[in-house]
Amino acid sequence: MPIIDLANPSRFLALVGRLSPWLAAATLLAFAYGLNQAYLAPDDYQQGATAKIMFIHVPSAWLAMGCWAVMTIAALGTLVWRHPLADVAAKAAAPIGAAFTLICLVTGSLWGRPMWGTYWVWDARLTSVLVLFLMYLGVIALWRTIDDPSRAARGAAVLTLVGAVNLPIIKFSVDWWNTLHQPASVVRLGASAMHPAILTPLLIMAVAFLLLFLTLHLAAMRNEIMRRRVRTMLMMQADAAAGS
Amino acid sequence: MTALSALLLRDMRLAVRVGGGALIGVLFFLIVVTLMPFAIGPDLALLARVGPAILWLGALLASLLALDRLIAADHEDGSLDLILMARVPLELTVAVKAVAHWLTTGLPLVIAVPLLGLLLNLDPKATGAVALTLLIGTPALTFIGLIGAALSVALRRGGLLLAVLVLPLTIPVLIFGVAASNAAIVGPVALGTPLTILSAFTLASIVLGPFAAAAALRHGME
Repeated sequence: MPIIDLANPSRFLALVGRLSPWLAAATLLAFAYGLNQAYLAPDDYQQGATAKIMFIHVPSAWLAMGCWAVMTIAALGTLVWRHPLADVAAKAAAPIGAAFTLICLVTGSLWGRPMWGTYWVWDARLTSVLVLFLMYLGVIALWRTIDDPSRAARGAAVLTLVGAVNLPIIKFSVDWWNTLHQPASVVRLGASAMHPAILTPLLIMAVAFLLLFLTLHLAAMRNEIMRRRVRTMLMMQADAAAGS
Repeated sequence: MTALSALLLRDMRLAVRVGGGALIGVLFFLIVVTLMPFAIGPDLALLARVGPAILWLGALLASLLALDRLIAADHEDGSLDLILMARVPLELTVAVKAVAHWLTTGLPLVIAVPLLGLLLNLDPKATGAVALTLLIGTPALTFIGLIGAALSVALRRGGLLLAVLVLPLTIPVLIFGVAASNAAIVGPVALGTPLTILSAFTLASIVLGPFAAAAALRHGME
């Protein structure tokens, strides 16, 4: 089955129905392995075991930005390529991305209290991630405010593309400004600054979070397609009742 | 070009008429700046210290509230449909509307700054700095707001949604506007650095705002 067949919602639903249990199982396994590796990883020499909140904080931050990137590609799919399922993908990804951003902010805040002495500080990285969270909520609000899903899709697509400018700002904020948040240590020019004993569990947790996103996103897309079918059926029913 | 200049003059004329709301924005600015010392307290030294921030916040909120007049008013009386069907590129049209909006809403805010600076105990140098940064920054607020206005044009109660969409995008303008004002007054940072970045935001928004707004209008008005 060529991949273009997935543009057909029924084929897509069939594929998701077959894939979902496997993805969910893979997610659980990856989380089990990742959390086990995180538990076994050595303590930080300064922060002790508290530093291990990083294994949840960093992957959720990566996914928070990655979700907006997925939404951006879906927005291009809606506006440029007119892909039938692009707006379903965008609508399904928004709440998931907002949740990851919230987890990132909360875990970071809980980590900051013992380490920096404060739950919050207005430095560049934290502020730009908070702005990302507000933009997620704005996109969700726009989706819910416009009744017709296809019109809402195009408006949300424009807003997503405008908001995509925040992603490089978040990534490079720790380089451009003098911030309290630590600078880039994993994805940067030259080798990563982290020892493999810490980097490996982090990457395993990142894979686990990615599988979690895939599972949730595909399930949410299926729900959205169902929701639209229900809406269409209700409208047809109302039409028939009005016509008779 | 005749069509665009006609649109510019029309928008400006409508704005200064009774229902236009050109001076309502200044009035709101005045009210917000008057409210702040009631909340902060009458300590003049403190007011002088936070004065640039108060003025910037007031200008931001006043710009925000005037935005629903930008495109929604045309949508209500049907002229938006004519604008969409015109031969002039939609990007240019919305850019001209934003220019007219800034001339009648943003520029009066800048002109009102010296008077309001007196209320906040700002010395002439500080007032001049805030006025300059607002002169450079208010077009950015208008053109970024243009995007939100275009997205929420057809909504009945789109006012709060407009604010929710626009405010996160205007946060960098606010940050660098206040930073530039403070740099001119007290800061160790040279004025040029935040002022240049603020100007960059304004220029970028003048270019990108009309394209995003035109895309939103085209796709949202079906």
